[in-house]
Parts: sequence; structure tokens; C-alpha cells
Amino acid sequence: MTDASDTDPGYALAPDGSFTAPLTLAYPYSRTVGPTYGRFLTGLAEGRFVATVGSDGRVFVPPAEFDPTTGQALDQWVDIAAEGTVESWSWQPEPSDAQPLDHPFAWVLVRLDGADTALLHVCDVPDPGAMETGMRVRARFVDGADPGMGALECFEPIGDDAGNDGGDRS
Amino acid sequence: MSDDVLRVRTPIGVDYGWTAGPRSTAYLQGLIDGKLLGKRCPTCTKVYFPPRNGTCPMCGVLLGDDDVEVGPAGTVTTFCVVNVPFLGQKIVPPYVAATILLDGADIGVQHLILGIDADKVRMGMRVEAVWKDSSQWGPTLENIDHFQPTGEPDVEFTDYAGQL
Repeated sequence: MTDASDTDPGYALAPDGSFTAPLTLAYPYSRTVGPTYGRFLTGLAEGRFVATVGSDGRVFVPPAEFDPTTGQALDQWVDIAAEGTVESWSWQPEPSDAQPLDHPFAWVLVRLDGADTALLHVCDVPDPGAMETGMRVRARFVDGADPGMGALECFEPIGDDAGNDGGDRS
Repeated sequence: MSDDVLRVRTPIGVDYGWTAGPRSTAYLQGLIDGKLLGKRCPTCTKVYFPPRNGTCPMCGVLLGDDDVEVGPAGTVTTFCVVNVPFLGQKIVPPYVAATILLDGADIGVQHLILGIDADKVRMGMRVEAVWKDSSQWGPTLENIDHFQPTGEPDVEFTDYAGQL
């Protein structure tokens, strides 16, 4: 037992005199991802994007497992750039614990170069003034992340490192 | 090349703030004080332990405010022998989880039966609460470590059949 638990009873009194206490309900699930997402996530772990190609030539990222038009399984793969264009965005002023970044960020729909669909992720900028539809972004990957989407930390503006537009991520 | 990704961890969870409400608070405060406190329905006079914050489910009326002390002894109405090990298990199987009708209560409460071989536990057996040291008490029924046999004669089935 720590000193903190000796003094903290784990509960408190609400204004009406009722006991109140934190209650966390959680399940440690894991799941298999299947061949299509497995290949996509393996790519992320290696710091790159792979996509599937549909019967009409459309390039899907995240990869579609089945052709949206014909319903056939898709097995043609292409590599996709780790840079793209912001199609739309929304500001997240107060991130929750489960979200990719622990400070305010932008949700973004990014169309990666070479893709025909947009990927929903986040963009690390200091304030919404740094966001603009049509801006160029690149992926920032995490080395040694647990297998999964966590290998893709976020996107960040291209050219930001030069210091314009408040790109301070120090 | 990294290993192919076959499986991902996808934990989910929600963080609640839980408020007990007035009747459950009386029950929890009773546990801190080493007492087992229920509440009585003013219509059917059944005593609920733990007390519900809302209404008696049989009568649809709010339970009374007065505390009704129950136990600390009671009768095993039904039970199961736990033979299966599982993650986080604190007691070596086999052991018994039982529904215990505390004296003065009209609804059973689930707790452990220890101090007797699992295959000797039976319906109608009289048991009593074994409390932890009072320095460990908090607002939880875990203040009672387990129940143990009192050695009294068993209760006739017809005397608790209505609470099964």
C-alpha cells in the first residue's frame, strides 16, 4: 500500500450526502485483423502505406477487402505515398485519453497521393489557424508501436519544420 | 521487414463517476460501521438488503427511510461449488459461492462460504459473517471476509422456499 491509498478512501460525498466513487468498466479485447487489414497494418509498422485496387482502377486506403462495385475479393495491391492533401478537417480542443494525441489537434480527412479515397486521422498543429483545406501533410510514424493503427501517430504539415505557421513541436 | 500483423489489441473502457444515492449510501455507511443495514417496503414489509434506491419491485412504492439491521447470521438458500480456475481468482478451488438469506432480510445476498469443505455445504445450512479486521473496513460488503457455519440445525426448506 502506498501513502496515497492510506489517506484516500477511494470515495467522496456528493452534495446530497451520497457516496460517490470512480467506476471504470473496461475490457482488454484483442482481435485478429484478417489478411487485408493485416497487410495494411504490417505496412504501417514498416512506415509505409499499401492500398488495394478496385475493378474500376480506384485505389482504396484504408484497403477495401472487397470490390464495392462487383463484390469480388480484391488482391491487387499498390504502394501509396505517406504524403497527401487535407480534404476536410475539424478541430478537437479537448482530446480524450483514447485519442491519438494528448494535446489539441485537428481531425483530418487525408487523401494520400495516389489514392482515390480519404483516410480519417489527426493532424498535429498548435492551433486551428494552422489548418486549411487543401494543405499538404505527411504521416508521422511511431517506431516500435504495438501492432495496429498506433503505428501511425498522426499527420503533420509539410514544410512546417521550416518554422512558419507556428509549427513548434519541440 | 517486421513480422506480419495478425492481431491487434483493442481495449475499450468507460470511466464513470458513480453516485450511490441516499439508500445505498445508508447501506454503505452501515458497512463502514460494521452493520448490515437494509430498507423495508412500507406496503409488503419485505426488507431489501442491499436496499434499492428506487421502489419495491413488487409494490412499486418507495422503500422506507428507516434502517433495518439484518444478519449477521443467515441461511444458505442456494449455492454453487466453484471448481474452475480463472484469471484473478483469489481463493484456491473448490470453494463455494452461496446465496445467503440474512436473518431479517427477504432477499438473498451472494457471498463466500469458507471454513467447511465445499462438498459439505448444503441448502438450509446456517452461516454467520466473519468480518475482516475493522482497520480494513470501507464502504463495501468485502468487509465481510466470508461466511462460516454456525453449527445450528439446518432450516427447513419450506421456511425459505419463498426466497429462492
